Amino acid sequence: MKEVTRRYVMKFPPQSADKALTYRLIKEYDIKFSILKAEVRPGRTGSLLLELEALPENIQKGIEYLEASSVICEPLGKKIRFEAGRCINCGNCTGVCFTGALTMDRQNWELNFEPELCVVCELCVAACPMNLFEINFHEEEPQTVDN
Amino acid sequence: MSFKKSYEEVNEKIRSGKAVVLTAEEVSAMALELSPSEIVKKVDVVTTATFGAMCSSGAILNFGHTTPPMRMERILLNGVPAHGGLAAVDTYIGATSENPENMKYGGAHVIQDLIDGKEVELEAWAKGTDCYPRKYIKTKISLETINEATLFNPRNAYQNYNVATNTTSKIKYTYMGTLLPGMKNANYSTSGELSPLLNDPDMRTIGIGTRIFLGGTMGYVIWPGTQFNTSKAKNEYGVPMSNAATIAVIGNLKEMSSNFLRAAYYEKYGVSLFVGIGVPIPMLDEDMAHRVSIRNEQIETTILDYGKSDTPVLGRTNYAALQSGEININGKIVRTAPVASLQKAREIAGLLKKSIEAGKFEITCPVGIFPTGTSIKKLFDTEGGEQ
Repeated sequence: MKEVTRRYVMKFPPQSADKALTYRLIKEYDIKFSILKAEVRPGRTGSLLLELEALPENIQKGIEYLEASSVICEPLGKKIRFEAGRCINCGNCTGVCFTGALTMDRQNWELNFEPELCVVCELCVAACPMNLFEINFHEEEPQTVDN
Repeated sequence: MSFKKSYEEVNEKIRSGKAVVLTAEEVSAMALELSPSEIVKKVDVVTTATFGAMCSSGAILNFGHTTPPMRMERILLNGVPAHGGLAAVDTYIGATSENPENMKYGGAHVIQDLIDGKEVELEAWAKGTDCYPRKYIKTKISLETINEATLFNPRNAYQNYNVATNTTSKIKYTYMGTLLPGMKNANYSTSGELSPLLNDPDMRTIGIGTRIFLGGTMGYVIWPGTQFNTSKAKNEYGVPMSNAATIAVIGNLKEMSSNFLRAAYYEKYGVSLFVGIGVPIPMLDEDMAHRVSIRNEQIETTILDYGKSDTPVLGRTNYAALQSGEININGKIVRTAPVASLQKAREIAGLLKKSIEAGKFEITCPVGIFPTGTSIKKLFDTEGGEQ
């Protein structure tokens, strides 16, 4: 079996902060990981973009362990909405994308989008003149109920 | 004697289905093997195209009269201000006009909604006169309900355009896209060797009355575009090295499609309209065959620093380099990105080629040629007010 690389957006609820989650990911599931983006606020849900590198079955087990610890794990691709059908292949988004997730095919001049290479810098969201990108990385603000 | 063809001879071939039509990219490739004198004998028409954001665009609409009638003085279309100083029920909706309550929605969106068959809310006010007593209306219109809808764009299809980069330490949001600090990217706009006015740089065959592809239907060049400038420096291949000539175009909005006319919003800049234009260029003689043979590496343009308000010149490059993905700006390798769609431009050049081959699109001899020796004026602030 070969090691694979997968990117996940993970939301850590405040109560998970006291567990050694990442330590166990490394120690028990042999997962190498890089933190590509983090938003952590004390007492609130934290968001992390993690790149995991391991055997597919270990990634699977690691994700199951995190989910059992109340961490919400979603593959990065599911957090990015791109309305490809409305794309005009203008190329504006490729000018701001430095990870190679958004590139122009220099033969047919169509846009190539590889969500797995995204690091959620979100520059494409503003750069697209057709408003075709939506990235859901941040914590949804909790609804306040006034009684 | 050098070989020549008249407009009528080319149209005879089109009508009989025998015209040989190539796109400007195809003819540039052919020119690597054949000379202009061979190309003019072999090829009858070359199609060119562009699909980019063209801010100086808009539509003339006539709503029809109500009973009792109204002389509309202040007009909103989906909340976007349209021009009210045009008789009773005529208006001009400019592409860049914006809804003050939703700045991301503007005239370009109204135009796209109309061609997509959507209803648009019309709200208008008037002072009321003896012959036009009505003072207010709020109603729904669509392309079906109104009389005329004419796309009329005062300045489109710039002959060449600058490359934009940003040397400052702050991100700049411009109509040339998002420009990252420290010259981390450089954006360009023209479709290079496929671009209409770069294939006929002296505008020998493009003039008043030239029939073109516009927004998905047949349109016309009606006038030199605003800021028409023939005084820009040209390179050894005869093309200007920065933005120069432009065209004013017109066409029936009711026949257009949002495949080729698309509203855009640029962050912290505003609304614009992507316009698809295709221009056929007849191969009348060796000179025209020579002109359309131009290749990306022969078309140069100027790199400007959009980080600074006076946009100083940083250098020069060409479209082969720009399309390769990186250019060298004074020793620094900078990534490039297009901001106009070459894929769409190719689609348009291909569609126009098919129409001509099928005998459905004849070429036109301009009824008037464009001026030469023009330059543009600056606007001076004579009152010295606040900037």
